Amino acid sequence: MSENKIEIKNLHKAFGKKVVLDGIDLEIKKGESLVVIGGSGTGKSVLIKCIQGILVPDSGSIKVDGQEIVNANEEIRDAMHGKMGMLFQGGALFDSLTVWENVAFGLIENKRMPRKEAKMEAVRLLRQVGLTPDVADLSPSELSGGMQKRVSLARAIATRPEIIFFDEPTTGLDPIMSDVINDLIIESAKGLGATALTITHDMASARKIADKIAMLYKGKIIWQGTVKEMDNTENPYVRQFINGCSQGPIKVEI
Amino acid sequence: MAKNIVENFLRKLGKPLVVFIQRLGELSLFIAKAVYNCVTPPFYIKLLGRQFLDIGFYSLPVVALTTIFAGMVIALQTYSGFSSYGAESAIASVVLISVTRELAPVFCGLMVAGRIGAAMAAEIGTMKVTEQIDALVTLSTNPFKYLFTPRLLAGIFVLPLLVMIGDIIGIFGGFLVSVYQLGFNPANYITNTINELQAIDINIGLTKGAVFGFIIALMGCYNGYKSRGGAQGVGEATTNAVVASSILILIFNYIITGMFFTK
Ligand SMILES: Nc1ncnc2c1ncn2[C@@H]1O[C@H](COP(=O)(O)OP(=O)(O)OP(=O)(O)O)[C@@H](O)[C@H]1O
Ligand SMILES: [Mg+2]
Repeated sequence: MSENKIEIKNLHKAFGKKVVLDGIDLEIKKGESLVVIGGSGTGKSVLIKCIQGILVPDSGSIKVDGQEIVNANEEIRDAMHGKMGMLFQGGALFDSLTVWENVAFGLIENKRMPRKEAKMEAVRLLRQVGLTPDVADLSPSELSGGMQKRVSLARAIATRPEIIFFDEPTTGLDPIMSDVINDLIIESAKGLGATALTITHDMASARKIADKIAMLYKGKIIWQGTVKEMDNTENPYVRQFINGCSQGPIKVEI
Repeated sequence: MAKNIVENFLRKLGKPLVVFIQRLGELSLFIAKAVYNCVTPPFYIKLLGRQFLDIGFYSLPVVALTTIFAGMVIALQTYSGFSSYGAESAIASVVLISVTRELAPVFCGLMVAGRIGAAMAAEIGTMKVTEQIDALVTLSTNPFKYLFTPRLLAGIFVLPLLVMIGDIIGIFGGFLVSVYQLGFNPANYITNTINELQAIDINIGLTKGAVFGFIIALMGCYNGYKSRGGAQGVGEATTNAVVASSILILIFNYIITGMFFTK
């Protein structure tokens, strides 16, 4: 179990003068579920996008399965994307396609699965995330926010990726639906034996799905540990964040 | 003293100039990447088909309407200009030349820029700001090949066809006015048109069509792809796409006419 699936070293990313990531060091073991917590706008989504190669970091190293992917050639990056699935913060469903075509996108375009077979697989996946087959032929815009999240989840796990990223999977959902999504994340990650990296500020969700928690603050990982360690930590930043106090070392710029 | 003034002037000039050169560089890079992806597999034939329909087939009504009235108004103007003597033979050739060389290509270009360029920028811009383009990447699909190649290829190949159709309809418009309003002989109009027709009239239409089609698709894709910041960004991208492609169409129209006729 000591094998690192993802290894990030001294990662930097700035947009113009705005420094977002300022030396991130992070390791995720194979099959582990890591949750990154941190305030709005601290660069959590940017971190995930750097790992995915959607954004190019300014400096630092990201290794997936021991393979360097920063500035890697297209072939290596394509191979990486084949291993990864992503649930986007806003769903990011293709609105020119139907729900089932969204779910089956990776299967049809990359695994070259015949459409008929892919549709059956998509319907099975939709069932797995608790949606009935009759939504399959709808357009994503006809679904509620929670349903879209679930479709997006189904799309993320469709190609059975080895690594799944969840960007705020429960934000904007009611507590019960959040818990349903949490269960789905645990189920799908454990079911596939996948390594999971989840971003959230929903502490209930973090407690439930995390093997390990890391806190991002001012461009650095300032603390990491298990849920139990988090509850006992003396670290004032973590304590303030999990208790949701406005008083403490973290200053909110209003 | 003088040095200060120069320095200030350069400084004022500096920023917009740097931004302009940066934009130009970005656009060149985008073009290079887009063209490279147009000629390397995989190809999305079905998406290309859909773009052919969208750009070509559904643009037929606006192209037909604009070119028929263009042909008609030219016939009318020629008649008033040439008085009654000599007008009959002049109308056919003036309509032929002005429609095939200038009016059909420009009207097709501008109408399609308004119809398709705007729609492309809006669609791709929305995909960009809602992270759908990022989602494509994570699903191992190259957005250039999936989104831009079909649009660019369809633009390049469909616009010349539209121009050809516009040519025929525009000439037919001239024919209608000449025969039914001015009472000239229909057979003479047709023979005059055929006698006057040169290969260059067809070639210039095809060339302009292909270039305008590329400009429209390029501006739609590029501005959409560069948009950021929600609905407002998409709105800006749409406006920019239409304005930029319309201006470029008129500039390149002049350049191409110059290349064909000043030898
Ligand atoms: N493409 C971009 N161009 C410029 N700035 C960006 C870009 N993407 C992100 N940023 C900036 O980086 C910072 C971090 O953004 P990010 O989306 O990672 O925040 P986040 O931690 O995910 O926040 P939230 O919890 O609200 O989703 C923000 O200040 C944002 O303005
Ligand atoms: Mg985010």
